[in-house]
Order: sequence, then C-alpha cells, then structure tokens
Amino acid sequence: MTAVDINDSAPVTVAEILEKRGEQVAQQWADLPLFRTVYTSGRDASVGAAHRLVEVLAEVARNDRLDDSSAPGFDRVRPHLGQMVAARSHAGASLAQITSEVSELKTPLMSIIDRELGDRGSNAAPMAAVELMGTLRVVVMEIALSEGAEVIDRQRQQLLELSTPVIKLWNRVVAVPLIGTLDSARTQVVMETLLQTIVDQDAAMAILDITGVPMVDTVVAQYLLKTAMAVRLMGSECVISGIRPQIAQTIVQLGIDLGDITTRATLADALAWALEKSGVTVVGEV
Amino acid sequence: MSSESGGERISVLRMGDVLIAAIQQELTDQAALALQQDLTEMAAAGARGVIIDISGVEIVDSFLARILSEIAAATSMLAGRTVVAGMRPSVAITLVEMGLSLRGLHTARSLEGAMTLLGNLRDQAGR
Repeated sequence: MTAVDINDSAPVTVAEILEKRGEQVAQQWADLPLFRTVYTSGRDASVGAAHRLVEVLAEVARNDRLDDSSAPGFDRVRPHLGQMVAARSHAGASLAQITSEVSELKTPLMSIIDRELGDRGSNAAPMAAVELMGTLRVVVMEIALSEGAEVIDRQRQQLLELSTPVIKLWNRVVAVPLIGTLDSARTQVVMETLLQTIVDQDAAMAILDITGVPMVDTVVAQYLLKTAMAVRLMGSECVISGIRPQIAQTIVQLGIDLGDITTRATLADALAWALEKSGVTVVGEV
Repeated sequence: MSSESGGERISVLRMGDVLIAAIQQELTDQAALALQQDLTEMAAAGARGVIIDISGVEIVDSFLARILSEIAAATSMLAGRTVVAGMRPSVAITLVEMGLSLRGLHTARSLEGAMTLLGNLRDQAGR
C-alpha cells in the first residue's frame, strides 16, 4: 500500500467514489433515458433526481449492505423511483425495458470508478459497484411490480367513478344511484356530474339513492350532506332514498344529524314524493 | 377609482313588491357592499321579496358568501324574503367545501323559479 500513501485521500471504495464523484455521476446519469425521459421539465430536475439516487447508493454502500434491497437508505428514493417507473410505464416502456435502462446507469459509473482507481486495478470497488447496481435493479423491479398493483387499484376506482350515472326519472326529476363505497374523490365526481345535470335539465328535484352503499359512517354521511347542500344551493330539492333499516339505525346511533334533508326508504317512495311535489298525480292503482 | 366602482354598481330593479338584482359579471367586494346597501335601503322602503340572480357569477369567496347571507338576514327582518337564483355548480361546490350552506336563504334554479317561489312563500305567509 506504500504506493498509495502519496494520495491516501484518493477514494478506493464504492462509497467513497460515489461521495466524492457524486456530482459527476449524477451529471452523466441525468442524460440517460431513465432520467431524461422522466424529468422533462428541465435538466436541473433530472440532475437533482440523479444526485439523490447517488447519495442513497453511497449511503447503502457505506453501510455495507450492497446486496440488500430492503436497506433503509432505499426507502428515501422509493417514491422518486416510483414516479420514474410510473412515468416510464405510462410512456409504454415494459418492465424489461425499464430494468435495462437501470442497467445502463452502470456504464458511466464504471468508467468513473475506473478513472478514479487508475492503475489500482485490482481493487474490489468495481465488483462492489456491479453488486450495488444489481441491487438497485431489484429495487426498481419491486417498485414496478407494486406500481402495477396500484394501477389496478386506480383503474378500479376510475371504473366506479364512471359507473355513477345521473338518470332522468321524470320531467325535472333526476336520480343518482350510488353504488359501492363513497370516498371524497367519488363524492366530488358525483357532485359535479349531478350539479351539471341539474343545470342542463333544469331539474327541480334530485334523488340520491344509497341502496347500493354498503355502509354509512360519519364520513359518508358528511359526503351525502355536502352533496345535498350543494343541490339545495343550486335551487333544487334533494331527497336521499334507499336507506335500509340497518343504515337508519347506524345513522341514529352515530348521532348523525341529516338536518332538513328529506329522506325516504326506497327510490319509489322518493319518486312519489318528487311527483307529488311537482304537482303530478298518479291516477289508477299504484 | 370612484368612477370605476360606480360603473360596476349592480342595478336593482323593482317589479311590484319584488326587488331584483341581476349580477351578470364578476362581483367585486365594493360592488357587493354597494349592493347590500342598495338592497337593504330599498327593502326598508317596502318590498316583500328580494331576488339575487347570480347566474353570471363564477367565483364566490367567503366575503361574498357572507354578504349574501347578511342581505338575506336583513331583508327577512324587513318583512322580505331573499332568493338566490341561478347559482352555478362550481360556485355551489365552493360554498359547500367552505362549509357555508347559506342556511335560511332560499334558492331557485332561475329568475322565473325565484318569482314562483316568492309567490308561494307569500301565499304561505298570507294564510
């Protein structure tokens, strides 16, 4: 080791090289497709993201957890990697493509390591770097797989949102059959479509049918109240129907105050109420 | 500035015993205050109902919402009823998200609906 003594500050392990030449590595990575195609807003963002990744890799290497894809350091970049993977897969890149793009990061890193080490070729750093990059690949793959599950979740969500039609029941009477669990995103969509339909059809009555809503807790009740309130502000009347006995009991037990909102047991009752309100009489047997 | 705010003033029309304020453009804070002033004065001079048509308003903030409920409260006190007509969906959603339900305020789909509503309200009051 005497030859090395002259410049013993020279980095010899992967961690040291990554720390010392981090900026250089980040600059080169930023130009690779993995970063360039994701951070389209500018090179600075791309470099910043690459730099973050370099820092994490350095930390993982320093802690000697080269082959550990669950090393705590990776958690910090997981969201960013997730975004990148999502952006790439949205752009149509397959999992294989994404992982090969991750592998491409290896090339500039290896050449920088080679340059750093110079004639100290027998160093263990290149091997460690290969291992580290392999681990990064595993991490990216894990993220990509969980991302797939998230996409399915999201699509299921969107499907639910799409399947909330506003139905015209009678002249100036519209109804929304709510099906499935209500959350704030869905409530927003329901509210917007319902209000727009009220404008389009000049509806005087809106019926919110919750027959298909499995349970009503304080949060869901809050959503229903909000929707009913918005309908009222628009100048129409709102009635909530399809309240099953258990749900009525739950609402009472939770102490939820539905205020002055009209409620009916079934959609039929609500329609009858709406017709009566608009002065329509049903002749014959009902 | 004063000439500009004068230009923005919302005119209040009287139809029999009903006052109508049709807001056809975005309402500035100043114009809202002036409207409040005008409406309460005219309601005090004798009116059974006030209709505020806000079909031209796309943005309602907490200030305007407060003014609206204040006008409603004041005109009800002066034996009138206030109906807000033609609220847009975006405005309704904003108000609900802000937690302002404008309780005690009557609403109608359109100016015509508001006139009908006032007729009904008066019938009920007369009975």
